[in-house]
Amino acid sequence: MTKPVELQLKDSVDLLERMATLEPVANERSSWDCVMLSRQQGRPGAATYISLICDEFFELHGDRTYGDDRAMITGIGMIGGKAVTFIGNRKGTNLRENITCNYGMSNPEGYRKALRAARQAEKFSRPIVCFIDTPGAYPGLGAEERGIGEAIARNLKEFAMIKVPILVFIIGEGGSGGALGIGVGDKLYMLENAVYSVITPEGFASILLRDPSRAKEAAQAMKMTAKDLKRFNIIHDIIKEVPEGAHKDPSFTANIIKKTILRDLAILCAKPPKNLVRYRIRKIRGIGDFEGTESWWNTLLEVFGRTQDLR
Amino acid sequence: MEATRACPACHQQSPVATWEHSLMVCPHCGHHDRLEAALRIAQIADPGSFREFGADLRSRNPIDLAGYDEKLMQHRKQSSMNEAVVTGNCTIEGELAVVAVMSFDFMGGSMGSVVGEKITQAMFEGALEKKAVIIFTASGGARMQEGIFSLMQMAKSASAAALLEQTVVPLFIVLTHPTTGGVTASFAMLGDVILAEPGALIGFAGPRVIEGTIGQQLPEGFQTAEFQLEKGFVDAIVSRDRLRSTLAFLIRTHKGTCHD
Repeated sequence: MTKPVELQLKDSVDLLERMATLEPVANERSSWDCVMLSRQQGRPGAATYISLICDEFFELHGDRTYGDDRAMITGIGMIGGKAVTFIGNRKGTNLRENITCNYGMSNPEGYRKALRAARQAEKFSRPIVCFIDTPGAYPGLGAEERGIGEAIARNLKEFAMIKVPILVFIIGEGGSGGALGIGVGDKLYMLENAVYSVITPEGFASILLRDPSRAKEAAQAMKMTAKDLKRFNIIHDIIKEVPEGAHKDPSFTANIIKKTILRDLAILCAKPPKNLVRYRIRKIRGIGDFEGTESWWNTLLEVFGRTQDLR
Repeated sequence: MEATRACPACHQQSPVATWEHSLMVCPHCGHHDRLEAALRIAQIADPGSFREFGADLRSRNPIDLAGYDEKLMQHRKQSSMNEAVVTGNCTIEGELAVVAVMSFDFMGGSMGSVVGEKITQAMFEGALEKKAVIIFTASGGARMQEGIFSLMQMAKSASAAALLEQTVVPLFIVLTHPTTGGVTASFAMLGDVILAEPGALIGFAGPRVIEGTIGQQLPEGFQTAEFQLEKGFVDAIVSRDRLRSTLAFLIRTHKGTCHD
């Protein structure tokens, strides 16, 4: 059913007004403001975006080894007539859910569940979309006993070779190895107020600045905002939020995410799987800032030539 | 008077010559003390066989962090190393190998762009030359001073391990004290065989971080090599005097025998 013309017009005016104020507000926002916004209670999480983007979604549970980690959501959705596997960190939308979801901090079984979902997607030639929103992997006794390091390491290695397109959206907090554990893909996007870093600003402040109260300063120094990472060429693009932040209008951001997914999948799904993986690895292999080495491109091509799947 | 050295674990004094003779293992309690990269290579490689590569790589300051350039300079001067890992080709009991030896003494063995790059190059050298790759880990994790670039080295080294696996060249990991954080959560846990030195601290989150989370002290022996063996994350604990022969055995037994 279409809306009356007046309402359509009002929607457009609202949107234009929001767009007009977007740039100045975003410019004024400090790194620390982004950290706060990315963590804000009520900021839309993976489950919210999945429900806004998909016509249908069916959640899949469990890692088939130990248990089901509520801090990680995996499942299959239909988006514009196309089946997509979704993998995302889940913080929960209220205090009760926050607790059952461990505030989005996964144990090893969460990463193993994510890998199972990715393998399942690869088997049935279904693209993958990952939503990152976690303070980090859970630093607990059980996580260590069950090999949280091994679980993340395995995902980094396996996701590099998955033969279907992987799109990664950092929607809130991108916390270190726990984020990277579902963060290896072909295209990397960040929401305007999302952050992505090797350690929390609090951790950085207490270790390197030797003063936990200097987190605000640390956030600035660490260069962890979407703009910073775009400038570093780590992410491909920035996904807009309304000026107040994504929590004010989740649909606005969800629409852009959906369009981005459909646009990218139209291109990436057409690529031969071998080329897709080669391109993904080439991008990862090129990250680093140092002096004193010759070009690595030919070496990488030679290595591809020696592999079973990428030659 | 003969020079002596105290064991950091049992505090007993032993002559320096005895320490060196025992490969920096305490003759009283068996504590495996940290080893400089050069000494490690001398113990593992056949004499005169080691040829270093990647020695000229230097970190830049990718996020323009105040004080990082000076810190790097200071560590280069103090340690006579350029970075936290040394990479090269050698033979071990006549078997060809690529080795990478991390050093905790250089900025806590942390992995920044150069460490990630050298580990990647070592794996590609192994892949192209069909030589087993052996990595001795010792690291506090990712190098925070390089921000997101250090985090991405985890993905980079792990994707190199994926390619190495595809070429059917073995990757052997020797976990030494301490191995934590982003190194544990990347190439350190990706070996075809994973060895550990006795007593080494091996984990993802540091002990103090976990204690902060659970609000109590960690159980005795948590995150040690022995703990990781019990939990199924390392293949064997190998004392330093048997490491060289064990690695040579592993290289010889990972060449494929079925279709000869």
